[in-house]
Amino acid sequence: MTKETIKQVVLDIISDIAPDEDLSVVKPEVRLRDQLSLDSMDFLDIVMELRKKHGIEVPEADYVQLASLDSCADYLLPKFLAKASK
Amino acid sequence: MSSKPRIVITGLGLTAPNGNSLPEFRANLLAGKARIAEIEVRHMGKHPAGVCDFDEAKWQKRKEIRNGTRVGSISIFCAREALGSSGLDWDKVDKSRVGVYLGITEHGNVETENEIFNISQFGNDTKYWTHHHNPRTVANNPAGEVTMNMGITGPHYTIGAACAAGNAGLIQAAQMLQLGEVDLAFAGGVSESIHTFGIFAGFKNQGALGAHEDPNKASRPFDKNRNGIVISEGGAIYILERLDDALARGAPIIAEIAGWCINSDATDAVLPNPERQAECVQMALKRAGMKPQDIQIVSTHATATALGDIQECTALRAVFAGCPETKVNNTKSFIGHCMGAAGALELAGNIPSFEDNWVHPTINIDELDPECDMPGLVINHPIKVERVNAILNNSFGMLGINSALIVKKYGVA
Repeated sequence: MTKETIKQVVLDIISDIAPDEDLSVVKPEVRLRDQLSLDSMDFLDIVMELRKKHGIEVPEADYVQLASLDSCADYLLPKFLAKASK
Repeated sequence: MSSKPRIVITGLGLTAPNGNSLPEFRANLLAGKARIAEIEVRHMGKHPAGVCDFDEAKWQKRKEIRNGTRVGSISIFCAREALGSSGLDWDKVDKSRVGVYLGITEHGNVETENEIFNISQFGNDTKYWTHHHNPRTVANNPAGEVTMNMGITGPHYTIGAACAAGNAGLIQAAQMLQLGEVDLAFAGGVSESIHTFGIFAGFKNQGALGAHEDPNKASRPFDKNRNGIVISEGGAIYILERLDDALARGAPIIAEIAGWCINSDATDAVLPNPERQAECVQMALKRAGMKPQDIQIVSTHATATALGDIQECTALRAVFAGCPETKVNNTKSFIGHCMGAAGALELAGNIPSFEDNWVHPTINIDELDPECDMPGLVINHPIKVERVNAILNNSFGMLGINSALIVKKYGVA
C-alpha cells in the first residue's frame, strides 16, 4: 500500500459518487472542492464508502483531512497499513 | 365554477409501461398492446409488473440520478417532456410563479426497504445507513427533485391521496391557479411502487395481487376470472394555466379542466363504497355544469380486484343509466395499476380522443363478469364515435378517497 494507491482508491470512490466529473485532470495538491463539483453530502459518501469497502473509519473531527488527494493519502495511509497488518 | 378563472392544459409529459410519449402511449392503447413484464421482487420471486424504460439520463446528470430517487427521475422526465410540448420559452418564465403539485400513493418505502436490506449486510449496524435517506424519503421528494432540476422557485409539494393521487395533483394545481397562488403549474401523479416489495406483499396477503401465466394478461378488470392488481410504475405531468394566460401567449390548448370532486367513503379502509363514488361523480358533473349524457368517455379506475370492479360498476350504472352515448373504458388492462400516476396516466391516454374520436377499450376480457356489464363498456377493440367533448376520469383509493375529474375539449360550449 502506497500513497499513490490510496489516491487511486479515493479517485475510484469519487468516480462512483460524482460520475459526471472528469477525474483525469485532478491535481493532488489542490482541494477537491476547488476543482470538482462536490458538496458536503459527497464527502459523507466518501467517508461511507471508505467504511463499507475498506473498513476504514474517519471520525467527524478528521473530515478536514480529506480535503485534497495528497491530504487523503497522508491521512489514510497509516490507517490502511494498520488495517493490513491486522 | 363560472366565476373562477378557467383552467386549461397546455402541456403533457408521461412515461407509462407501454410508452414514453403521448403519441406512443396512445398508439399502443388503440392497437391493444399491453406491456407488462415479469420482475424479481425482493423476498417474493417473480411477479408481473409494469416497468417504464424512459431514458433517465435525457434530463438528468448521472450524479442527480445517483443521489435522487426513481420517482424523482420519473417526475423530472415527465415535467421536462411536458415543458417541451408546451411552447413555453422557459428562460423567460418567472420561476417564482411556477408551482409543482404531484400526486403520490406512497413515498419512501423503496428507499427504506433498500436501506434495511443494506444494513442487513453489515450486521444491522446503523452506521452503514445512508445519509441520503432523509432527502430521498421526505414526502415532497419527487416534486422537490423537479424544482431543483428545473430551477423552479415557486411552491412544490406532493399530494398523498392513495390511488386517487393523479387526479388530486391536477385538482390541487387548478385550485392554486384559481387562487392566484401561481401562474403556471406542473401537476399530475407519479409512482415508483414496483421497487418496494412491501406493496406486493401487502396486496398478495390481501388476496389482491394479480397473476397470469402471460404477464400481459395479468391485469384484466371486469373479466370474470380477474384475480387482482398488477403493480406498475409511471408518471404523467401536465402543465396547467389560466385560460387568459394561455391565450395571451398563444399556447397550444390541449383541453380544459371542467370540474372535479374529491370526497371520502368514511366506511372502510379498503372496500370501496359505490354510494360515495356515485356522489363524487355527480358532484363533479354539477360543478362542471354538465349532465351525465354530456360525458362521452368514462375512464374507469377499476383495478381488477374481485369486489372493487363491481363497486365502481354499481356506482357508474347509478349515474349513467340512460346515457347510450357514454362509453366506458379502462387503461389499467394495458399498463397495470400505476398507483399515484394511475389517474393522471389514464386521463392522458384518453385525451387524444378529443381530436381523433377513437375510444380505446378495456382489454383482456375473455369472459365478461356479468356484475361488471355496462352498456357503454368498450371491450377488447377500440371504437370510433361521432364526437368526444368530455371525459370523466375516475380515480379511487384506500381509506375511501374518491376523485372524479372532468376534462372537456377546448372551444366546446
